[in-house]
Amino acid sequence: MQSKNSINRRAFLKLSSFTSAALTIGFYFPALAEESTIMTAETAENLGIPLNAFISIDKTGKVFILNHRSEMGQGSFQAVPQMIAEELEVSLDDVEIAFAPGHQTKYGNQITGGSSTVRGAYKHLLRTGATAREMLLEAAAKKWTVPKEECYALNGAVIHRPSNKKLGYGELVEEAAKLTPPKTVPLKERKDYKIIGKPLPRQDNADKINGKAIFGLDKKLPGMLYAVVERSPHFLGKVKHVDDSAVRSMPGVKHVIKVQMPVFDTIREGIAIVADNTWAAMQARKALKVEWDTSGFEHLDTAGLYTRMKEDLKKPGLSQRTGGHFEAAFGKAAKKLEAVYETPYEAHACMEPLNCIADVKGDQVTIYGPIQGPDWIQRDLADRLKLPMENITVHMTFLGGGFGRKAFTDYTTEAALISKEIKAPVQVVWTREDDMTQGPFRPGAVYECKAGLNQGRIAAFQTKMAAQNMGHQWPKADKSSYNDSTTEGLSEAFINGIEHYSFADIPTDSTIPVMWWRSVYSSTNGFAYESFMDELAIAAEKDPLDFRRQHLREERYAALIDMLEEKTGWRSRAKNSGWGVAITECFKSVVGEAVKVSRQADGKLKIDRIVAVMDCGWYVNPDIIRAQVEGSIVMALGAATTHETHFADGKAVETNFHQYQMPRINDVPDIEVYIMENEEKPGGVGEPGLPPFAPALCNAIFDLTGKRIRKLPFNMKEI
Amino acid sequence: MASYKLSINGTTHAVEADPKMPLLWVLRDLLNLTGTKYGCGMAQCGACTVHLNGNAIRSCSMPVSAVGNQKITTIEGLSTDNSHAVQQAWLAEQVPQCGYCQTGQIMSAAALLKRNPNPSDRDIDIAMQGNICRCGTYPRIRKAIHKAAALMKQPPAKGF
Repeated sequence: MQSKNSINRRAFLKLSSFTSAALTIGFYFPALAEESTIMTAETAENLGIPLNAFISIDKTGKVFILNHRSEMGQGSFQAVPQMIAEELEVSLDDVEIAFAPGHQTKYGNQITGGSSTVRGAYKHLLRTGATAREMLLEAAAKKWTVPKEECYALNGAVIHRPSNKKLGYGELVEEAAKLTPPKTVPLKERKDYKIIGKPLPRQDNADKINGKAIFGLDKKLPGMLYAVVERSPHFLGKVKHVDDSAVRSMPGVKHVIKVQMPVFDTIREGIAIVADNTWAAMQARKALKVEWDTSGFEHLDTAGLYTRMKEDLKKPGLSQRTGGHFEAAFGKAAKKLEAVYETPYEAHACMEPLNCIADVKGDQVTIYGPIQGPDWIQRDLADRLKLPMENITVHMTFLGGGFGRKAFTDYTTEAALISKEIKAPVQVVWTREDDMTQGPFRPGAVYECKAGLNQGRIAAFQTKMAAQNMGHQWPKADKSSYNDSTTEGLSEAFINGIEHYSFADIPTDSTIPVMWWRSVYSSTNGFAYESFMDELAIAAEKDPLDFRRQHLREERYAALIDMLEEKTGWRSRAKNSGWGVAITECFKSVVGEAVKVSRQADGKLKIDRIVAVMDCGWYVNPDIIRAQVEGSIVMALGAATTHETHFADGKAVETNFHQYQMPRINDVPDIEVYIMENEEKPGGVGEPGLPPFAPALCNAIFDLTGKRIRKLPFNMKEI
Repeated sequence: MASYKLSINGTTHAVEADPKMPLLWVLRDLLNLTGTKYGCGMAQCGACTVHLNGNAIRSCSMPVSAVGNQKITTIEGLSTDNSHAVQQAWLAEQVPQCGYCQTGQIMSAAALLKRNPNPSDRDIDIAMQGNICRCGTYPRIRKAIHKAAALMKQPPAKGF
């Protein structure tokens, strides 16, 4: 038995509230394998196989699920149980869920990103639920000595159809645990679903309305101290001199130490102040005097950065993808169009600022926090602290927002280094100012788009993007590699429908750390490409939806366009009445959004209607999908009209919400969301609603005013 | 450091704190009432909203020394069983996503409904403008406040 690599049943039981878990099964999903293997915990333990433990059923029939993904609002805590309960034939009320601690060897890739919880694991989750159900059916059939085919499962029990005999799952688990899981199991048909596809209320919401939900900042450990860190305000600054004479004697202050925080292939230095409460640490930080060495580092500002990007656009790009001969076709086109679009840098600005608890005791490391990538953190800490992976346990709390930022490992590593040095559990709290100024940020991007039209159709299409390449920041990165995200946001159907095309990028050099931000490059690509599409439709003298229909020639897009037309009353709208539309594809979901704007009596623009049509294929919970699209639109509205992170002298300018203005309730009208019903594979839900909003809004403004917006953000009040 | 007797959710709590320590950190770090959240520290986001004598205030910007004998209600004291009309409406409309700002949103909404049982959309916009939600739950918050107003009129109103 290899207890270190296989499921530790005692640890598992400790996580659940169970005292008598009897049947525990999960899937084993080795890297590169096409299919997962499902087995019981006992078999896995005997074989030394690292099982992804997911479901356990106890002797009272209660079901316990260990969720391998974070919950940051996107609804994995609801979608995962809905999938398992459906196939297992239990009521959602009998299902309890908790976070699986980060453990790559146990749970596989746990990163919550790319809108992948459902689309990445649905097959395994459905099969795992179905496997447990089939084992319980077999156990009952054995007990009654009847053919299994005469039995069926319903609401947490097995029923023998001819005799109506009934045994609850709790009464069958011990017997079922002795069985070998069947290799193939029947899955339910979609028409028979009772739980999947239903707008069931989120189970985590009960604790999110009364203060009981534990976010990272709410977690406390016995003897835990609180730390804040004065980090170099300049990207890459080093500590030159520290005067902490006024700090050490301040009430509550326990330690003042120098710390390092790895950010990609660079190190940011800081001074940590550790105290017995957060406020004491924050107060002491104000008395700290640090002189920073910023020599040798570029003191970049936003104007310089965007000048550089525009200069970069003149260089030949690194080609991600080409088809046909763009230059030749463009040269011969009847009508030519060129446009440059600019998008800003953005902070993630999660409502819960970054924070992390680390407890380093000897060679054991325990982390608690709002974390998107527990397995990455485990691997990163093992590397940095030169410890075996199994010595590092990462616990996920609820996340007060994530949006990509909490997948990074800088804040957790820094916390571990502080705990190691002070030899005590410590919670490192980032103030809002730290959270907003330290990055990583969403990279801004400048796009040069060119297209040629023949007979009202796109004959040649080219985009060049100048932006920082996130992948180039890692140690030993190949900086001559192209950005493989320049086509993100566009559908394959569109690209396949154009004979001559070219997508390329020029990686802009900068020391600003950048990172995924909800919908990643689609969040900026979408604005450029779908604004340009609108310009092309107008140049071609076509209705914007007709033009898209003409270039998205697959049934799936036609159906989505039909729905947009129907829900907006597109055909009956008056000319230049302020309607705009955009369609993007992101993480395998297609979303179309239409916006209606009008001018009010005071001369200011107002958004009257927002209509979104989401095609995410096979789906689990329509209400969560609607919520995610609503939220994506509000986040897009902010990045389009109210906020941006500027840089001056190598530092971020906006420090808190007084400068980084978020959309408020009065900025947001009702949002209508419609979901397509089809047999497509599940696509992402948490992010794909974001990219089409900004272009739809700007296209609407053009429709009403004739003013084309090519640079975000813009002030709605000044149009 | 000074001694304070604070009336929180109907119970008197004795604390030793720096007079300048904001009520937020007294609640969170000294009394372990973590339902009240830190979001900005400068009364810009509303995550730290509590009631002081029934009015919504930002606890991140209220020094503990200024509280005196005024009655504090935090989210933990709004109800013991999610039965307050605002909480019921929040569940009915499935408002929360990440949930971090929602306790502050709920405290602002409860204070609004107390002084204005029939808020219009405009009243809601004005009262709730100080509460940021990065998940973008605003349309649902507006619906939930109207729903809570309706619930409060149904006799016997739960939680009141």
